[in-house]
Amino acid sequence: MTQTTESTNDSGCLHAPIQVEFDYTRSLGSVLSKFMTGLRDHQVYAAKLSDGSVVCPPPEYDPTTFEPVNDLVVVGTQGVVKTWAWVSEPVTDQPLNRPFAYAMIQLDGTDEPFLHALDAPQDQIKSGMRVQIRWAQQTQGDIRDIACFEPADDSPGQPVPATDAAQGGVTGLISPVRLAYDYAASPEESKFFRGLAEGKILGQRCPKCQKVYVPPRGACPVDGVPTDEEVELAQRGTVTTFCIVNVPFLGQKIKPPYVSAYVLLDGADIAFLHLILDCPAEEVRMGMRVEAVWKPRDEWGTTIENISHFRPIDEPDADYDTYKQHL
Amino acid sequence: MRDVAVVGFAQRQQKSFQGSPTCVEHLVPVFAECFEQTGWTKDNIGFWCSGSSDYLAGRSFSFVSAVDAIGALPPVNESHVEMDAAWALYEAWVKIQTGDVDTALVYGFGKASAGVLRRTLALQLDPYTTTPLWPDTVSIAGMQAREGLEQGNWTQAEMAQVAARSLDSARSNPNAVVSGSRSAEELLAEELYADPLRKSDCAPVSDGVAAMVIAAADAPGFDSLRSRPAWITGFEHRIDSIRLGSRDLTTSPSAAAAGQAAGAASVDTAELHAPFTHQEIILKDALGLGDEVTINPSGGALCGNPMFASGLIRIGEAAKRIWAGDSDRALGHATSGPALQQNLVCVMEGR
Repeated sequence: MTQTTESTNDSGCLHAPIQVEFDYTRSLGSVLSKFMTGLRDHQVYAAKLSDGSVVCPPPEYDPTTFEPVNDLVVVGTQGVVKTWAWVSEPVTDQPLNRPFAYAMIQLDGTDEPFLHALDAPQDQIKSGMRVQIRWAQQTQGDIRDIACFEPADDSPGQPVPATDAAQGGVTGLISPVRLAYDYAASPEESKFFRGLAEGKILGQRCPKCQKVYVPPRGACPVDGVPTDEEVELAQRGTVTTFCIVNVPFLGQKIKPPYVSAYVLLDGADIAFLHLILDCPAEEVRMGMRVEAVWKPRDEWGTTIENISHFRPIDEPDADYDTYKQHL
Repeated sequence: MRDVAVVGFAQRQQKSFQGSPTCVEHLVPVFAECFEQTGWTKDNIGFWCSGSSDYLAGRSFSFVSAVDAIGALPPVNESHVEMDAAWALYEAWVKIQTGDVDTALVYGFGKASAGVLRRTLALQLDPYTTTPLWPDTVSIAGMQAREGLEQGNWTQAEMAQVAARSLDSARSNPNAVVSGSRSAEELLAEELYADPLRKSDCAPVSDGVAAMVIAAADAPGFDSLRSRPAWITGFEHRIDSIRLGSRDLTTSPSAAAAGQAAGAASVDTAELHAPFTHQEIILKDALGLGDEVTINPSGGALCGNPMFASGLIRIGEAAKRIWAGDSDRALGHATSGPALQQNLVCVMEGR
C-alpha cells in the first residue's frame, strides 16, 4: 500500500489516495494449462462436454456429470457477437483505453459465447456480426493474449509465433490487481492525526466506563457508545509486551534486530504499538518506562510517524499489577 | 421449524460517507435505533452477524473494526459473511433454527464511494478467464439488457417505466439517495450511457449501513415487542453458474428456484434488489409476481444501493410494510454476483 498527500473533506475527515496492489500467482490445472498454452501459440481450445456441446473457455469439470474434462478440441478464431454493451468511459486495466464494447462472442465450432472486448466503431456493432481475434503483440499464455476482437475480414491472419518445443506448456499465470481508493479516517482518527501534527497525543474517554482510548475509536469497544471527550495524554508510558524483530521483510525501514512494543501511555487504558530504540534490543523488558522521541518539527505531518520511536527513561520499572490487565 | 420474526430495522444511506470505511460512526446510531424499537440492550442479543467486504473498504479486516460498534466486551457470539447482509440474516435465521440462540442482530455496511465500484466488482468473476479483462458491472448488465431487448422480452420504454416509478416511489422514502418526478418519456430522451443502458437504468453508487433484529417467538421478552411483527415464513437462496456464457441472461433460474421454495407467489408486496431496470423485469417474472403486487414501494435499489447493505434493506423495507399493516404478506429479495447470479428470497407475513 502506498499513501500520498492528505487532505480534508467536507466533514473535516482526513483522507488520502491509497493504492492496494497484489500480483495473484495462479497455478493452472491440465485444462486451463492447455487453453493458455494454446493462446500463447495463437490457437483456441474448447472443451467437448458430455452433452455433446463444445464450450470455450473450457471448464475444468463437466457441468452435467461433474467429471474432469479431458476432451479438448481446437476451434475457430472467428465468431459471432451474441450481445454487447458500449463502454463509453473505460476504467483502468480494461482491454482498450478508448471507448469500446464488451461482447459475448461465440467462436466458430462452439455452442456457447464467452466475454471479451470488441474494438469497432459503435455504429457498426450489431448482434450477429462476424468478428475475429486480434492477437496481442506478444503472447504469453493468458486470456489477454487475445488483445480484443475486431470485425472479421478476409485478410490473411496475423503470423503465428514460432513455437519452441523446448518452451513447454504454460503452467501458471500472474494476475496483477491494483485498486485505487480514497481512504478516509474517521472523525475521531482525524482529530488524533491533527493532534500529532501539533506534537500532541490525543485520546478520547468513554462517557460510560471512563476508559481512555488512544488512538481514539468511533465507539467504545466495551460499551458501543461514541467516545466524545478529548484527552491529551502524557508522552511517557510503560512497555506492556514486545517482540524482537529479527526477520527481514519487504518495505522494512529499520535494520533488524529491533523492538516492536505495546506502550501503555500514562493515563491511557489501551496500549498502542510503536518502536523501542536507543537501547540494545535485549535490554527491553516488560514494565520498562519509556518516552516518545519526536522527529524534527519541520518533518511533522498528520501522521503517527511524527513520533520516531520511544526510548527508555531513567525510572524504576512499573509494577506488573499496573499493566497486567492490558496484556 | 421455530417461528422467527423481524422485530427491528434501521438504516442510514448517503451519496457518500466521508468517514472511515469501517462505518462505525454510522453503525452506532442504527444499533441504538434497533434497541429503541425493541426496548432491548446488547445483552438481549444472542448472535451478531455482519455482511461487508474489504475490497470495498480498501483495508483488511474492516469487519473486525466494525465490531467496536457492538461493544463486544465481554465477548459476543459473532460471525461475518463477505456477502450482502441479507446472507448474514440467513445465517442468523439458521442459527436461531438450531436452537443455539433466540435472537440476533444482523448488520451490513459498505462505502462504495471509496473506490471505483464497477471496477472493484470485476473481482467477483472467474479469476482465470474473466477478471483479467476487468469487465465492469454496468457493461455486464448492459449485455444482459440488450439480449432481452433483442429477443423481445422487454423494451426500453418498459425499462424507463421501472425507473420512473422507482424515482416517484422514492419521494416518500427519506433514506433514498435519488428520487424525483420524471416521466418515462423524459427518461427515454436521456442519452445512452452504456448502450443500451441510460444512467437512469442503473443504481447510483452510494454508501450506507443497515441493521435488523430478528427473534424467535419463544425468546424471553418477545411479547413486549411490536404488536405486528413480520413473521418469516420462507427463506431460501440459490445460485447460477459463474460462467456467463452458459446462462440465459434474460431469465433468472436461481431467483425462480429460491422464490418457489420460499413461497413468493402469494405476496402482495415485493422489495426487489434490482440494481438495473431490466433486472426488475427479470425478477418479477422469475418470482411469478403479477401486476397486482406492489413492487419496490421504497424506490428500490435504483434509488440507493449501498453495497453489502442493500439486500438487507430490501428485507427491512418489506418488513416495515407488514409492521404498518400496509401488507399482509411481503417478500424481500437480495442479489449478489454478476447479472443476478445469486438470489435470496425472504417471505414474511403479518398475523
